[in-house]
Amino acid sequence: MSLPTRWHDLRSFTPARVALGRVGQGLPTAAHLAFQADHAAARDAVHAALDVAALRAALGPQTKLVRSAAPDRATYLRRPDLGRSLHPDHDLAPQPGCLAIVVADGLSAIATQRHAPALVEALLALMPELGPVVIATQARVALGDAVGEALQAEAVLVLLGERPGLSAFDSLGAYLTWQPRIGRSDAERNCVSNIRPAGLAVPEAARKLAWLLGEMRRLRLSGVALKDDAPDYGSSISLDST
Amino acid sequence: MIRRSSLHGCTWRFESLADLMAKASPPRSGDQLAGIAAHSASERVAAQMALADLPLSVFLSEAVVPYELCDVTRLIIDGHDSTAFVPIAHLTVGGLRDHLLACDDPGALRQGLTPEMVAAVSKIMRLQDLISVAQRCRVTTAFRNTIGLPGRLSVRLQPNHPTDDAAGIAASTLDGLLLGAGDAVIGINPATDSPQITTRLLHMLDGLIQRHAIPTQSCVLAHVTTTLRCIEEGAPVDLVFQSIGGTEATNASFGVTLSLLREAQQAALSLGRGTVGRNVMYFETGQGSALSANAHHGVDQQTIEARAYAVARAFDPLLVNSVVGFIGPEYLADGKQITRAGLEDHFCGKLLGLPMGVDVCYTNHADADQDDMDALLTLLGAAGVTYVMGVPGADDVMLSYQSTSFHDALYLRAALGLRPAPEFEAWLARMGLDGTTPEALPPGFAQGLLA
Repeated sequence: MSLPTRWHDLRSFTPARVALGRVGQGLPTAAHLAFQADHAAARDAVHAALDVAALRAALGPQTKLVRSAAPDRATYLRRPDLGRSLHPDHDLAPQPGCLAIVVADGLSAIATQRHAPALVEALLALMPELGPVVIATQARVALGDAVGEALQAEAVLVLLGERPGLSAFDSLGAYLTWQPRIGRSDAERNCVSNIRPAGLAVPEAARKLAWLLGEMRRLRLSGVALKDDAPDYGSSISLDST
Repeated sequence: MIRRSSLHGCTWRFESLADLMAKASPPRSGDQLAGIAAHSASERVAAQMALADLPLSVFLSEAVVPYELCDVTRLIIDGHDSTAFVPIAHLTVGGLRDHLLACDDPGALRQGLTPEMVAAVSKIMRLQDLISVAQRCRVTTAFRNTIGLPGRLSVRLQPNHPTDDAAGIAASTLDGLLLGAGDAVIGINPATDSPQITTRLLHMLDGLIQRHAIPTQSCVLAHVTTTLRCIEEGAPVDLVFQSIGGTEATNASFGVTLSLLREAQQAALSLGRGTVGRNVMYFETGQGSALSANAHHGVDQQTIEARAYAVARAFDPLLVNSVVGFIGPEYLADGKQITRAGLEDHFCGKLLGLPMGVDVCYTNHADADQDDMDALLTLLGAAGVTYVMGVPGADDVMLSYQSTSFHDALYLRAALGLRPAPEFEAWLARMGLDGTTPEALPPGFAQGLLA
């Protein structure tokens, strides 16, 4: 690549908002409104409610529904402890040894709505033994531990919307926990993040998760001890605290 | 000690000094999450009244975190300067507030004050009090330039990249320099904390600084143990960075001890890379970090934050900043809470003698926006903040949060008549970057993109 000579040329080197121009000390109108548009999309994603009926229609009638102890979005955002607790009104029956999938809204219900059905379908094609599938609302990652405990699951895979950034508001995260029980720490999980068409595409994400699930069952553990040396299906570094 | 306070015909009871300070804290989600906040507006003011009547000497005999359990408490108590305390020894917390507002040089008290005294007085101050006192505390530090002089505002250039791509980081760095940022430090948060990546980025920034003779310093904000290893292997380390907190247990959650920080400071000093000063440490802090590590001992998050400044000042840092809106809405829920906390942190840091900057920022799940950031930025400028962050377009594409932009810093300097650090200001003038931004890059400027 030839070296740039103009300010504007810096834009080809980074996704950061460089070379935006300058009017006085401020931002040109177009750059200002582009930022506002991206922030608006992120805010709308944070506050969007999961369309549970549509999701259940996509995932199948066997899908269970649960909710966390957070009664609404405002409480959910301020009380992560409630988002990790299972509301007692569930009807989960123990299925010892199952590999449960929890599909949750997290911080972007839009991500879940858009990408979770296709990911679950791709996973079931690779690993038909997966299930049951549980939809969870106002949920944090660790709600999967409570669901897993109620099901006496061998492992739980939580799919949930990641905290929206300005560059992506529909990014899905996947968290794997071996022997999920209330009180597991984040260091005991494996994460695959940035699942969306422009990030880690659904087919690759499904293959990576299936590989990790297989390794988890072989080694009977998850977390930092399970090294993610899968064939190159994309990053598994989580930048998000959920 | 149990204390009682009556207001409007009700009496409230406070179980301990920590309880009193938590109940006296202006409302914020983190203290509510911890279950230690006041339950009503009247209880809060009753606590503030009781706190105002408390003699300052109480803070020397009653620790909010037990002395025997926490090396930060020991650092505070053992390091307290009783001679410097004499002029204010007779005061209550309320009396200290009045004294600070009336005196010309509040910074002169710094060695006589403990973080808990400073946190306590901040709880009975309004925003204008926090601004007015901080403005009169001048703190100057130096490495390759002089930071914190009156009438100056420095900027940390924060050129992060999602995959630590050196050319991408160089592009953001050049963008910032074109817009007058970078006199506090050119500081990269690496996406991956490894000695190899840190060393590569340190060499890239060192090359840029040398090639253009930029009077500033670089930093890769890796863990202190990573930076120590880079120093051992001969990498060009200007500043040692570390996140710190206000209890021993918080610091343990960050993987650091006071002796490790001392070792790192000595290692950086041994390199002798500063030209006009020997401040080699860079610390970040933030309300909520202790609670998120379950290391808060039932103490409110703002008091714990002030205690982190006692850790910082033991190492003569070049730069300290709170990352005020970064930790999330469970600790500071909205623009109002972030604004208050940002001004508290700046006030407490300055009064304790720190070169205090603030990362004026928010995440997308907090109830805040660019208008909130403009307001806090402007208030901090009025308060004499030492430096703010400069991120391309205010959008950090690695850490996924919104901070202040290079343009925001230009706005603040212009609106309040503030100038960059003098050495850096002279460099900007030599490069022709002291007025507008040229569309053509200065000669040789793009060289760093070959990294």
